[in-house]
Amino acid sequence: MTDKELKNRVLSILGEIAPEADLDSLRSDLDFREQIDIDSMDYLNFVIALDEEFQADIPETEYTRFTSLDSCIDQLKRLLAKSE
Amino acid sequence: MAEFIMPSLGADMTSGTLIEWQKSVGDLVARGEIIAEVDTDKGVIEVEVFTDGVIEKLLIEEGDEVPVGTVLAIIREDGSEPNQPAEETVSETAESKSDIRQSAKDGQRVHASPVARKLANKLGVDLTDVNGSGPNGRIQREDVERTAEKPQTKSERPLAQKTATKDKNKRMRRAIASAMARSKREIPHYYLETTIDLGKALTWLEKENTGRSIKNRILYNVLLLKAVAIALKDFPELNATWENEKLNIKQKINIGIAISLRQGGLISPAILEADRQPLPDLMRGLRELVKRTRSGSLKSSELADSTITVTNLGEQGVETVFGVIYPPQVALIGFGKVYEGVTVRNGKMALSFKINATLAADHRATDGHRGGLFLAAIDRLLQEPEKL
Repeated sequence: MTDKELKNRVLSILGEIAPEADLDSLRSDLDFREQIDIDSMDYLNFVIALDEEFQADIPETEYTRFTSLDSCIDQLKRLLAKSE
Repeated sequence: MAEFIMPSLGADMTSGTLIEWQKSVGDLVARGEIIAEVDTDKGVIEVEVFTDGVIEKLLIEEGDEVPVGTVLAIIREDGSEPNQPAEETVSETAESKSDIRQSAKDGQRVHASPVARKLANKLGVDLTDVNGSGPNGRIQREDVERTAEKPQTKSERPLAQKTATKDKNKRMRRAIASAMARSKREIPHYYLETTIDLGKALTWLEKENTGRSIKNRILYNVLLLKAVAIALKDFPELNATWENEKLNIKQKINIGIAISLRQGGLISPAILEADRQPLPDLMRGLRELVKRTRSGSLKSSELADSTITVTNLGEQGVETVFGVIYPPQVALIGFGKVYEGVTVRNGKMALSFKINATLAADHRATDGHRGGLFLAAIDRLLQEPEKL
């Protein structure tokens, strides 16, 4: 899966959790929790949705590492490569 | 015979519009089953029945707005004799009043099925923009779906949809204004604040979560809720309502959670019997409740039965919350953000995580002395998180 495909799928999940957010203007290198209205429950739902969508089996120890688009892509690439 | 009435889903609700009957005359119903959907200022709510039996009569038509307390249906309870003949009071085949409603927009009439109306309400679709494909141009569910699916960017979102959302927000704002104004007018609030050391609780939780999958992760908010719920057992006068000049202590501890909605506004649905739920169940319940609140699919019991409210504004950076009690309740507990602060223990200073907890309470129901003891009990419980 390319970075672009990964990014689009991540954005789509984020869009379901925060449908009112303007995701087009999201900076991919910054914590999205500081750019759009995402609380701890939303973040938990986001990580669970990533886990389910990509069947990534995200370890609990990595729970806090999905806070920017860039970090999501890096983490997912690593986890998907590991599971192959 | 039992009467199924338009429930009061909070101090701010005076009426509701029956959107859809989910049962027909002659259907068996069981306690807790959803039998109708009602549109309120807080959105569409699924209404449960509180008796086992058979639907004898449906008295209100879909689309009718009626005051709280109006009898909507008659239910023949188990064991009682049926009235003969059991007849459908509300015609399901004839075009009901709800089918044709005067549109606010240029006086045209809108023909739509109840399901289509409900869906349009949920999706923010203005029915006057939908082309009906049913008999006589009646709008069906599929027509609403088609309209909602029309490709559009956020900036191109149709004016009608924005207007529908705005109207909903206005109604909710009015409802909140009414309840909060009543609260400040009628309830003599007193406020207490304490700082709780959360160090032990957070360390314990971190360890606890390492053994869990992401799906079963527990957030610290759940520890706060459980501590409040358990503490209330020793302070029943705070788990109560003030009505007709007297205190009504509630047997069940149903904690209302203030949940902000994405489109604006606030709803406080309840986690029922929070004191009896283990932490993982409470977490699942909270997750589910937030999800359903934000997607507009709450049950009536979750809105009608809360006995106290907890609000947590810590994630918005707030240090201390001074809440407004939701009448007729008599207390509200507020939590601020978790911050690192200095703790002095045995003459030594150390850094620790802390949180400010507040109690807003009704002075007609309790005094500051009891309120202070209650906050101290929450603090004590959070120092032994493994017992929660």
